[in-house]
Amino acid sequence: MRKVKLIDTTLRDGSHAMHYQYTPEQVYNISKALDEAGVYAVDVGHGAGVGGSVLQYGLSKHSDEELLTAAAAALKRAKLCVLLVPGLGTMEDLKLAHRCGATMVRVAVHCTEVDIGAQHIRLGKELGMEVASFHMMTHMTTPEALAEQARMAASYGADMIYIADSSGAMLPYDVEARVRAVQQAVPHLPIGVHCHNNLGLGIANPLAAVDAGAEFIDGALEGWGAGCGNTSTQNIAAVLAKAGIDTGADWYKLAEAGQKYVRPLVNHSLEVTNEALVLGIAGIYSSFYLRVLEASEKSGVPARYIFEELGKRKVVGGQEDVILDVVLEYQAQAKKEQQ
Amino acid sequence: MGNRIKVGIIGPGNIGTDLMYKVMRSRFLEMSVMIGIDPNSPGLKRAAGLGFQTSSDGIEYLVQHPDLAEIVFDATTAKAHLHVNAPTLARLGKIAIDLTPAAVGKIATPMVNMKDCLNEKNVNLITCGGQATTPIVYAISRAVPLEYAEVVTTVASDSAGPGTRANIDEYTRTTAEALRLLGGADRAKVMTIFNPAKPQMPMRNTIFGIPKTWDFRIEDVCASVREMVDRIREYVPGYQLTVPPVIDRGIITTTVTVEGQGDFLPKYAGNLDIETSSAVKMAEMFAEKLLRERGELA
Repeated sequence: MRKVKLIDTTLRDGSHAMHYQYTPEQVYNISKALDEAGVYAVDVGHGAGVGGSVLQYGLSKHSDEELLTAAAAALKRAKLCVLLVPGLGTMEDLKLAHRCGATMVRVAVHCTEVDIGAQHIRLGKELGMEVASFHMMTHMTTPEALAEQARMAASYGADMIYIADSSGAMLPYDVEARVRAVQQAVPHLPIGVHCHNNLGLGIANPLAAVDAGAEFIDGALEGWGAGCGNTSTQNIAAVLAKAGIDTGADWYKLAEAGQKYVRPLVNHSLEVTNEALVLGIAGIYSSFYLRVLEASEKSGVPARYIFEELGKRKVVGGQEDVILDVVLEYQAQAKKEQQ
Repeated sequence: MGNRIKVGIIGPGNIGTDLMYKVMRSRFLEMSVMIGIDPNSPGLKRAAGLGFQTSSDGIEYLVQHPDLAEIVFDATTAKAHLHVNAPTLARLGKIAIDLTPAAVGKIATPMVNMKDCLNEKNVNLITCGGQATTPIVYAISRAVPLEYAEVVTTVASDSAGPGTRANIDEYTRTTAEALRLLGGADRAKVMTIFNPAKPQMPMRNTIFGIPKTWDFRIEDVCASVREMVDRIREYVPGYQLTVPPVIDRGIITTTVTVEGQGDFLPKYAGNLDIETSSAVKMAEMFAEKLLRERGELA
């Protein structure tokens, strides 16, 4: 029976969706439920990873140390995973995460910039961690260029290559093409995919990836996460079970955990809203979603205009500060037109 | 034209070559010698073509010909500066302006603390982000003390050299330290983003500040920052206040962008331009002082 491993990111990507307000108690409960349901790893921390508590995104209510320690106490079988975004998180942050019990790290870089993560990938290996090279916004690059980046990641010592559709902008065949290209470039490394649901393809895309040979799938309980959310962990687990693929997880236990612990936290629509469609079509990093909706509500500048303008400016993950430029420029223009 | 101070450049790469063009425009500095270690270096050839002395003997050439320069820019590597160039320049009594991350000497930026560094023999340029943002944090702090400062810098991927890319943590740490030591914030954090978009975008820096007190007027913060921006524009013409300080989400927020002068480096590489422009400005401040002391300046 073919095997696919599930990495649940409710407690990391989901953190974007709740303004980084997770408490150690919530982290403990959700980690315990995920562990008992049989996921491979539990991804925990600020949405932007370890050291990610900054004004640019929003500050964490609790420190990396508090959240990771809570998760470590709950996990018996599953690995404790962290994300590290070089340029924001540092090697000191990774060492701290490791001391708190993290055994896996995903070094997350924009899809063309893997060399800035070389130091961090090497440190992860030195610490004895399982290390994924996590390539974000992969809709912005070609399968061939991504394959070259994967080759570089392999040369730094990465154990696996993660392909992230950070804006939920890809179609199933886009994902498939990237999985195949990376597979050809680094046949000895397993491949994972991390998908967002902004175009309603949060299940179709990982399924296409699995068909193409991916061995790791990211999800979040209830489909929680940045944008209008990630692949739903319980949903993909159920679909893979039906497809006869062994994830090692009990999809119904995942569904129960989602209903019990995550559903009560959900404070905005997880549907594919019109704004999520605009974000996905414009190809904007999913963590912009709530920030743009909030800026739009406060300023009266249409969300669609903001997303499309951000798309024209080719912003990448982490450039939330550009939202304010777009809003101020729109308002200045509107004022000029009034006069 | 009055007397000028002779300068040398060690490291004939992109940065060294851009420095050379800027020195050539200076009214206080005289471009004298370009020093490298590779006889085939295009930078050495370019300098020779412009009529300057060149050598591929490394700093040993300056030991043999100490009269060639009083001020020396080091645009090599941290390792070379730390182990070879800094001690040699100190022995020769030269003023060293260090563009490497070695930070042997005092960290400095022209409009914040350079006046206090004019008796130093070795000054360090911090980082490009440090040159672009430390003065803004300093300008905000003069109007209202900051408990926390945060800088988000976005540069074109093509403008970030392999040294920065391979040592991003070091860059982050050095810049954050300057925001505390020179900027005056109690705590500081730095985030750096490389954007591969084509055409390449100029350097962009957003500065956030959490004030210690809400007893201040944002207009005063604005005036202080504008004054600083005007002074920086005198030596970095492409430095622009694109979002003047506002209170957004309860935080002081302001953005500056930097476009380069396109001397040798491409215009979008404002991050490199502010580094070389600041280095030349610092050299000019040293030169002005030396000339004044010698009575060679009116």
